[in-house]
Amino acid sequence: MSNVKVLGKGCHNCRATVRLIQDVLQEKGMPLDVEKVEDMQDIAAYGIMSTPGVVIDGTVVHAGGIPARAKVESWFN
Amino acid sequence: MNAVLAFPRLRPRAFIASSVVVWFAAYLALSPLADALVAMLPVARESRLFEAIRFFLYDTPKVLLLLTGVVMVMGMINSYFTPERTRVMLAGRTEGVGNVMAALLGIVTPFCSCSAVPLFIGFVQAGVPLGITFSFLISAPMVNEVALTLLFGLFGFKVAALYLGLGLTIAIVSGWVIGRARMEAHLEDWVRQMPKARATIGEDSLTLADRLEAGFASVREIVGKVWPYVIVGIAVGAAIHGYVPEAFMAKLMGRDAWWSVPLSVLIGVPMYANAAGIIPIVEALLSKGAALGTVLAFMMSVIALSLPEMIILRKVLKPRLIATFVAVVASGILIVGYVFNAVL
Repeated sequence: MSNVKVLGKGCHNCRATVRLIQDVLQEKGMPLDVEKVEDMQDIAAYGIMSTPGVVIDGTVVHAGGIPARAKVESWFN
Repeated sequence: MNAVLAFPRLRPRAFIASSVVVWFAAYLALSPLADALVAMLPVARESRLFEAIRFFLYDTPKVLLLLTGVVMVMGMINSYFTPERTRVMLAGRTEGVGNVMAALLGIVTPFCSCSAVPLFIGFVQAGVPLGITFSFLISAPMVNEVALTLLFGLFGFKVAALYLGLGLTIAIVSGWVIGRARMEAHLEDWVRQMPKARATIGEDSLTLADRLEAGFASVREIVGKVWPYVIVGIAVGAAIHGYVPEAFMAKLMGRDAWWSVPLSVLIGVPMYANAAGIIPIVEALLSKGAALGTVLAFMMSVIALSLPEMIILRKVLKPRLIATFVAVVASGILIVGYVFNAVL
């Protein structure tokens, strides 16, 4: 199973992104562990410039805005 | 239904052409439509109530239509100007030119105040000078398409153009002043110790259909969030239209009250609202006789400087730099307010 992190300091879009990912994971019957990274220093370490960012197994796959559902689904295929 | 939804994806050019036609047709139809609707109501013509209803029925769809169109177009333009590309354009620029570019890029680069810190760090890491970073950080939230569209829709071209010109001027000059002050030592230590990164442009393989999708996404996100404020704002405007005596605010916030500009800025700085939320207040103040410079100063200080943003920026800036930032921007707004009241 993959390690999913959502980077972002509790803004509306970050929460929506966490919900969307959990939704997709649930649909695929995968465990719902999504880790939230809220510390600015940790977020900056990933080198993203807009939040929310999504990191899967250490790779940044998305930054800025709520990702499209199709994009989220493609991460877990 | 599916065929309709797939249309913009399959034939993006045809979709854009037909939406432009539909949009303009709808815009032109608004005034006669509002007239026809209000004529059906059992309200005497030329009465105050009639005027207020007519104003509401015409202005609400007008502003929402304008906003949807502008946000859609800006959403597509934004897809060309990611923060990463903006950073590449600004890295290593000299002061002056760099400040102007940063302020202009602030208009077209998508920005949300919750991203202010990662963006700030990204800029500094790539070697964008501090003053130029600030020009961007001041312009991005203050001079944005929602504020400009609402000002244009409700108060006309002149007010919107003035807001645009003055907002950019404040961003450019304040950023330049902060750059001159050489305050790099007042960044938090961990920010200064971050490894330098070379700014590179990520690949951009977006098709026109992707950009349309980006436009739809920003309409959903921005118009979806802002429309209640717009309706409240116009309802306030409609109620004022004819009901409230014009000189109500003239004494308090009129041109002759010299202390009204600093007072507006003082009240505005700790307040936090987005451009849409502040518009009802602006509308109420203006139509009750407050001076334009005073009201614009109030609006700018609410949008550009806010307590929550300072708290976020405190993560990367030491108190002295934050204080300088607030002082410089607030003085800029103050000057703008005075100049306006003197000239107009």
